[in-house]
Amino acid sequence: MSDPVTNIANWLENLLLGLGLSEGLVSLLLAVIGVVVIATVVLLIDIVLVWVERKVVARFQDRLGPNRVGPYGLIQPIADVIKLLIKEDILPVGADKFIYNLAPIIALATVLLIWAVLPLSSTSVGTSLNVGLLYIVAIGAISTLGIIMAGWASNNKYALLGAFRTVAQMVSYEVPMVIALLVPVILARSMGMTDIVAGQNGVWYIVVAPVAAIIVLITSIAELGRAPFDLTEAESEIVAGFHIEYTGMKFGLFYAGELLHALTVGAIFSTLFLGGWRGPGAETYPILGYFYFFIKALFLYWVIMWVKYSLPRIRIDHMLNFNWKFLTPLALVVLMVTAILDKVLANSSTFIYTSVMFGANLVIIWVTLLILRSRARIERQRVAEVQSVATPDGAVTTSIQRPISSSS
Amino acid sequence: MQSDWLFIGVFLVLAPIFPALALVISRIIAPRKPNAIKSQTYECGIETVGNTRVQFRVQYYLFALVFLIFDVETVFLYPWAVAFDKLPLFAVLEGVLFILILVAGLWYAWRKGVLEWF
Repeated sequence: MSDPVTNIANWLENLLLGLGLSEGLVSLLLAVIGVVVIATVVLLIDIVLVWVERKVVARFQDRLGPNRVGPYGLIQPIADVIKLLIKEDILPVGADKFIYNLAPIIALATVLLIWAVLPLSSTSVGTSLNVGLLYIVAIGAISTLGIIMAGWASNNKYALLGAFRTVAQMVSYEVPMVIALLVPVILARSMGMTDIVAGQNGVWYIVVAPVAAIIVLITSIAELGRAPFDLTEAESEIVAGFHIEYTGMKFGLFYAGELLHALTVGAIFSTLFLGGWRGPGAETYPILGYFYFFIKALFLYWVIMWVKYSLPRIRIDHMLNFNWKFLTPLALVVLMVTAILDKVLANSSTFIYTSVMFGANLVIIWVTLLILRSRARIERQRVAEVQSVATPDGAVTTSIQRPISSSS
Repeated sequence: MQSDWLFIGVFLVLAPIFPALALVISRIIAPRKPNAIKSQTYECGIETVGNTRVQFRVQYYLFALVFLIFDVETVFLYPWAVAFDKLPLFAVLEGVLFILILVAGLWYAWRKGVLEWF
């Protein structure tokens, strides 16, 4: 009703039609305007995120953070951008020039593209694609490609190692993520982001499918390449990984892309599991929808930062074991349980449906913990046995064991 | 429906322009004085030895293969999930059987040691 965005869109459409333009041209022009508005707003938020990130990490590390440029250091990100813009751009010897320049562009553009399908309020969404979730997964795969291109084109061994690790990590974590994303699709019976938000009219999906939500959050952090999954840019091992040779604005684009990707992951997660723009009064006053949506996305962004600055980096074999031997089987179990229960409970009331789903998830968590505990006990015994074989004079008689197959 | 994809198409064209614009501005106002030492490959101050595009471990390849199998098979499940309302219980159980075949594949790869990193 009193939604300014809809009003402006209608006014623009009438204005353009009034100028005597054809219908097709008007829809094209409206699409261009919509894209420019969304991209500009998102990039402006990105500049603010630089400040938020630096300020929050400072609080986590018991520092003050930027506080010299402007009140509370608010103008700091603009100073950062100007600094990056006037830095010299160095092209390393032997780099593949075209791919080298294309990689940062892809890294940021793919993140922008995701915002095309995210519903920002009850009335405004870039486009309510009926395969929205699949689109997000596909675009996410292209952003991995940007990192691989950067690592390959830089003609630097560290960068190449970072790119290899990207292949192993991001490609692996895609599997449990895609499986866990099936759960909200089953619950909403649609891949469209608008339909998924509409399906959370009564109960948010985080109550119905908490385990799937946790899996999606963990795998999203891994896809971001943030700590504890920052093996692709591990400073202490491979200096800076894939962006070691990038300077000036090209590095800035990677940095901006990473921050924006973190917020985008928060936005995707809040759309899928936290009801998107839903909140008290958001249906009647769509302007409130934007508020709720960004509050939820920023909360998730803060959670991701919290994880990043609390946990140390994990080793590559642990990272892969955690994915393939823990997250993937768990995601498959959750998917099967959700599918069967959803069909069995098709005719029951919302309360029974929600509580049985929640209870089933609690049982899954409990059984998982039991299995993990017994595995850990076996592992401890194995390690203890290996130690007891060593004789007092120092001769170790154990043969080489098979690699540990039960970590995580 | 068509206008949905029009929007995506316009976005696909315009999204790379924003970062490219930043690079163009930087190109105009940033200094460019390359010299032989400055544009050397940075490997912590040590001169680089040999070819950069080295051979990589075979495990990366194995993981990529396992990923390919799982991702493609999971994509088959998306239509099943979308049509969930129209499916009888039997069809749902068939979907679960498909997932169990996936689990068997994972179990096989696990036993064969594909998922080990050594």
